[in-house]
Amino acid sequence: MSAQVSALTVQDVDHSFGSRQVLSRVSFSVLASTFVALLGPNGAGKTTLLSIVTRLYHTRAGRVNVFGFDMQTEPSQALAQLGVVFQNRTLDADLTVRQNLLYHASLHGLPREDAEPRLRPLLERIDLLDRIDDRVRTLSGGQSRRVEIARSLIHGPRLLILDEPTVGLDNRSRTDIVAIVRGLVRDEGLAVLWATHIFDEIEPDDPVIILHRGHIVGRGSARDIAGAEGRLDAAFRALTSADTAGEVA
Amino acid sequence: MSRGIGPITARLGLRGYGICFVGIGRREFLRFVNQKERFFSSLVRPLVWLFIFAAGFRNVLGVSMIPPYNTYVLYEVYVTPGLAVMVQLFNGMQSSLSMVYDREVGSMRVLLTSPFPRWFLLLAKLAAGVAVSLVQVYIFLAIARLWEVEIPWWGYAAALPAFILVGLMLGAIGLLLSSLVRQLENFASVMNFVIFPMFFASSALYPLWRIREASEALYLICLANPFTHAVELVRHALYLSFEPASFAVVVLVTLVFFVAAVLAYDPGRGIMARRGGPAGEPT
Repeated sequence: MSAQVSALTVQDVDHSFGSRQVLSRVSFSVLASTFVALLGPNGAGKTTLLSIVTRLYHTRAGRVNVFGFDMQTEPSQALAQLGVVFQNRTLDADLTVRQNLLYHASLHGLPREDAEPRLRPLLERIDLLDRIDDRVRTLSGGQSRRVEIARSLIHGPRLLILDEPTVGLDNRSRTDIVAIVRGLVRDEGLAVLWATHIFDEIEPDDPVIILHRGHIVGRGSARDIAGAEGRLDAAFRALTSADTAGEVA
Repeated sequence: MSRGIGPITARLGLRGYGICFVGIGRREFLRFVNQKERFFSSLVRPLVWLFIFAAGFRNVLGVSMIPPYNTYVLYEVYVTPGLAVMVQLFNGMQSSLSMVYDREVGSMRVLLTSPFPRWFLLLAKLAAGVAVSLVQVYIFLAIARLWEVEIPWWGYAAALPAFILVGLMLGAIGLLLSSLVRQLENFASVMNFVIFPMFFASSALYPLWRIREASEALYLICLANPFTHAVELVRHALYLSFEPASFAVVVLVTLVFFVAAVLAYDPGRGIMARRGGPAGEPT
């Protein structure tokens, strides 16, 4: 697939809860086979933005488009292309890994005979094949997270959205999860939108979008944003310290 | 990794709907089976009422001949249909409680990222809850039969559609509540303000004529309570008669609450779009 195909296009998205504006004219796109980091401090509007992109609710203004399908007018087609890993744990702890994955497959209309053969390669990729019939309750936090990634892929999405997937995990689990997702981009051509506030997870060539108080205040490759100093964290702090920062290219 | 998966249009066809519906039902059953304490508490609650409360009140509350009974009946016999519906009431509220919990931990959000229409997902969730409640109800009725609450054999079959309808009604009420309540803690007070008034201000424990003797106002409240009609619909069905007024009320209330719940969960108009996602999540 050409790297120029747009997997996700967010265009002029506004949202407010009551009188509180949480997103203001947010626009960006994620190309196919690309790992894009959405960087923002807590309260920047990342989760609201991802809620709109995953159709928990509609945007007040603007458009969300997934592989050419409009989220508002063609939600089924758009959602079918989408895999999501939420910030909160969303597996059924009392059910086994297999039961969780098959449940998710059924939510996407995937018959059991098509879903079953997919379990093995998916669990091999996250290195948890031996735990397939264990209850999720018995898995560690990092293992559960990996199962959530496998689950988000069971219906063969082309765009994966992850909302701070490494929060609360130790370094080793975090590294594993980042490596798994980067492997998916490399091997499967998946487009990934990765929301985070952890700089270590971002590589110099990654496209980065910086969200602050509902505005995009910076975008470009991590290397460009980091500038001559080569420090993304310092550049990020500079961009997000101003009360109403303008967009920085 | 997308190899081996058919085209999306095929997955979203009629068969896909069926697969999704069955999948949601299977998950509800697996959760039910895995939560044994939930299963036992759902049975213990009505059985305590039947064995202890009803036995104690047996001599105090004689029940005279009222439809659908052809004869004087023991208090245990009178109270059993109401207790069966109580099982469904608790189940309906419990399944909506699990939805509030789901929303807090996020699995409701997973459900809502399914490409199928939201009304269908909520209906499937509702139907799954009703199916679980039917298992509980019939086990309760079987135990009650051992306690000499003998219902005509055909009554069990005739009451099945009534139980399904009543389960849908109570589930739809719970569904709407789950969309309005943001936090699990608040749900406890909703239980107090919904479950107990609904149950006690109804014909589940005492016939309406007795309530009327005590208070006309209370009688009117009971008459306006959909739970009364749910109990009467089931009571009549168990004794092979049909109560059209109750049927109409139950159908109407089900539709109103289900439509309201679908609107509440609607991505464009719903509560979540105005107030944000699950409680406790950052923006």
